[in-house]
Amino acid sequence: MADAADPILAIESLTKRFGGVVASDDISLAIPPGELHAIIGPNGAGKSTLIGQLTGEIAPDSGAVRFEGRDITTLAVHQRSTLGLARSFQITSLFLDFTTLDNVALAVQAHAGHSFRFWRNARAEAELREPARAVLAQVGLAHRANERCANLSHGEHRQLEIAMALATRPRMLLLDEPMAGMGPDESARMVEMLKVLKSKLTILLIEHDMEAVFALADRITVLVYGRVIASDVPAAIRANAEVRKAYLGAPDEQTSEQGAAHG
Amino acid sequence: MLLFLEQCLNGLQFGLLLFLLAAGLTLVFGIMDMVNLAHGSLYMVGAYFAATFVALTDSFLIGAILALGATILVGMAVEVVAIRRLYGRDHLDHVLGTFGLILFFNEAVRIVWGPAGLSLRLPDWLNTSVPILPGLDYPTYRIAIILTALLVALFLYVLVMRTRVGMLIRAGATNREMTGALGVNIGLLYTLVFGLGAALAALAGLMQAPIQTVQIGMGENILILAFVVIIIGGIGSIRGAFIAAIMVGLIDTIGRAFLPDLLRLVLSSRSASTVAPALSSMLIYLVMAIVLVVRPAGLFPVASK
Amino acid sequence: MTDWLTPRNLVVAGLLLFLALVPVYVAMTGNAFLMTLFTRIVILAIAATSLNLILGYGGMVSFGHAVYLGVGGYAVGILAYEGVASGFVQWPVAIAVSALLALIVGALSLRTRGVYFIMITLAFAQLVYYFGVGLDRYGADDGLTVYRRSQFGDVLNLSNRTVFYYLCLLVLVGTIYLVWRLINSRFGMAVQGARSNDRRMRAIGFPTYRYRLTCFVIAGALCGLAGALLANHTGFISPATMHWTRSGDLIVMVVLGGMASSFGPLIGAVTLLVLEETLPVLIRLLASVVVEPQVAVKVSEYWQIVLGPLFLLVVLFARGGINGLLEGTRRG
Repeated sequence: MADAADPILAIESLTKRFGGVVASDDISLAIPPGELHAIIGPNGAGKSTLIGQLTGEIAPDSGAVRFEGRDITTLAVHQRSTLGLARSFQITSLFLDFTTLDNVALAVQAHAGHSFRFWRNARAEAELREPARAVLAQVGLAHRANERCANLSHGEHRQLEIAMALATRPRMLLLDEPMAGMGPDESARMVEMLKVLKSKLTILLIEHDMEAVFALADRITVLVYGRVIASDVPAAIRANAEVRKAYLGAPDEQTSEQGAAHG
Repeated sequence: MLLFLEQCLNGLQFGLLLFLLAAGLTLVFGIMDMVNLAHGSLYMVGAYFAATFVALTDSFLIGAILALGATILVGMAVEVVAIRRLYGRDHLDHVLGTFGLILFFNEAVRIVWGPAGLSLRLPDWLNTSVPILPGLDYPTYRIAIILTALLVALFLYVLVMRTRVGMLIRAGATNREMTGALGVNIGLLYTLVFGLGAALAALAGLMQAPIQTVQIGMGENILILAFVVIIIGGIGSIRGAFIAAIMVGLIDTIGRAFLPDLLRLVLSSRSASTVAPALSSMLIYLVMAIVLVVRPAGLFPVASK
Repeated sequence: MTDWLTPRNLVVAGLLLFLALVPVYVAMTGNAFLMTLFTRIVILAIAATSLNLILGYGGMVSFGHAVYLGVGGYAVGILAYEGVASGFVQWPVAIAVSALLALIVGALSLRTRGVYFIMITLAFAQLVYYFGVGLDRYGADDGLTVYRRSQFGDVLNLSNRTVFYYLCLLVLVGTIYLVWRLINSRFGMAVQGARSNDRRMRAIGFPTYRYRLTCFVIAGALCGLAGALLANHTGFISPATMHWTRSGDLIVMVVLGGMASSFGPLIGAVTLLVLEETLPVLIRLLASVVVEPQVAVKVSEYWQIVLGPLFLLVVLFARGGINGLLEGTRRG
């Protein structure tokens, strides 16, 4: 057995209702360390609700989430980050007034001990700035370090989202549609970067971009109306009739799906 | 015992008034995502208009209706001139901007009506009492307030929950572009909603006017109580606001009625006469603080996503 | 060297120089009123600077900040009344009690955000205000006279107006410097990050509540010190100092002067208080060109009606306040 190791992330029977709508319907999933696991599904399938429960912003009605064996179901959002679980946001969520470097330095600061330091100029601390610069270089934003974050392009914002997550030195990344709104060139660059990251981290990837998903994923889970309808290797998913019907469509319809996803 | 019952009714009446105020606030906040600190100013303006029009027309009902209409016009004018420039901005900007409006209104009222307060006397036909229990005569006017407020609350409920207009109002809150695309004039809708909020504030103001003096700053004192209602009731919850309003009305009224006597048991009479009103005023804020310790999100919060 | 010579820096430098020279001018002309006015301005500027810490940098809109002016003032007043005239006791107590109150209020309020936070601060402001009104032993509604200024032995004689003025000015400069250091430290970064995007802060691992609460307490403590100074200055303290409208005044100063800037609060305090003194006179002069003198006086009494709309205009179009206008930037 290749991964006799325990899963790094275990989702056990997660259920969440909003009024009459079942957003998460008994979702169970185990992700072994080092895997890049993609979650796909039509809009409204409950992907954001799932991520919300993994990150701690939404409390599940029942079920559990285990990270590296530890039950984190009721842990606060910031505590999960401390444990090594980082996320990026689907809708860009950055510190727009700060510079790009400031943004990443803050992420570094969050994991460099407490912040009850009242005197030293934080922007002059190499302990914060150097790792931040390194991460910016990693995602290809080093040349934009001193630019005000609000002035960056959309694609650069998406790169910065990843940088923020990386700066917290996580063991697992939860990426929520990192390629949202990106053009084909930018998406291709992002795919390359994720391929490099894949070898170092476990990644849970939510995406609409099928080309990227099939290029990157070790396994894919398909979510429809809050339920897992399939969870397997990419080839099997592609061949799965139920999945095709619910989401992928016939092979010649695939391009219009991608077109819609980029719209 | 009968005295206690009478104070309970007074508390109910005050609570319903607070609910009207809180409902107007929540309506505007819920639908336009707009924090309007000047809501209390509309309450005050309603009271001042009422005092003036009743004196002019020598009829309580006509004066009240005119006051209502005038305040609605003022409210809509304010919306068009000032409020709509704040939509979509930070809540901080709303607070700051409408705080500027408070300053303006307080000063404007001072210019038009002078710094001294006004009084509004009840017409004879309302200035009566009704025996509701053997030995307890309760003022007709306060009963009228209770009934009116309950009717308005019912009307609001039906409007927002059961009519197409209400659906539009709720839709406007959640999907501005889509509602606009449906051909509904969002700008007009918002102005009307703001006018409705102004009407609720004015109604509360003019109903309360005969009971308390009409003076500058009256709006803010009761507005803060309306805030307490919203905080205790629970963020985003109309049902919570209703229950909390009754609670706050009862606690505040009964506290004011019986605290002085209670204090006279422990303090000297002179001290009691200073401490009692202050402590009575503090009481409801202390209750709020205790609620916050136990339930930081209020008693009946709408679960946030 | 020349990039120091910006309009904004020149104005600030000029203002500081002017403030430093006020006692000299007063000594030459004997205009004691100016000394009183500018001492008051400096003290309120300290309070406004402390508010800027939580409002401008921290994004916490507190409509109850003036209570700390009152608490600090009452600490001095009550201790003096009970026979403790030493400033070495009074002032630390003023700061400590203010900090403690800020801790309690902040702990309860900061669990909410946005408009609910504002509502709660208003409610707590009322609570403390009515508490002051009920302080029967210490004057209640009428207030408490502080007959003697805080005693510092032979070190400082606060009864000397010039000495007192320079002390206040020193505290102001110290406060501005302290806030500046705080804001640029790791702590300040955390607080500013929480204002900019609290959700993101928590996602990267910051327990934002504790940093915002600490910030709130520091701001309260600084304002308490300003309150101690104020009680010394006016020789009087009453609940009116703590009314929420006084908090509103402080907010106007901060926003008008320029939120999230070091000298904005000072600029705002100077502008507002100078306007208060000069606007009626200006309006009367202007009006007497058109109407009779008695009418002109009447018109000038209503100068305050300009303030509300003016403030609204600042919020709508000059969000960065005067400091922002000087720097040529508009806050987003």
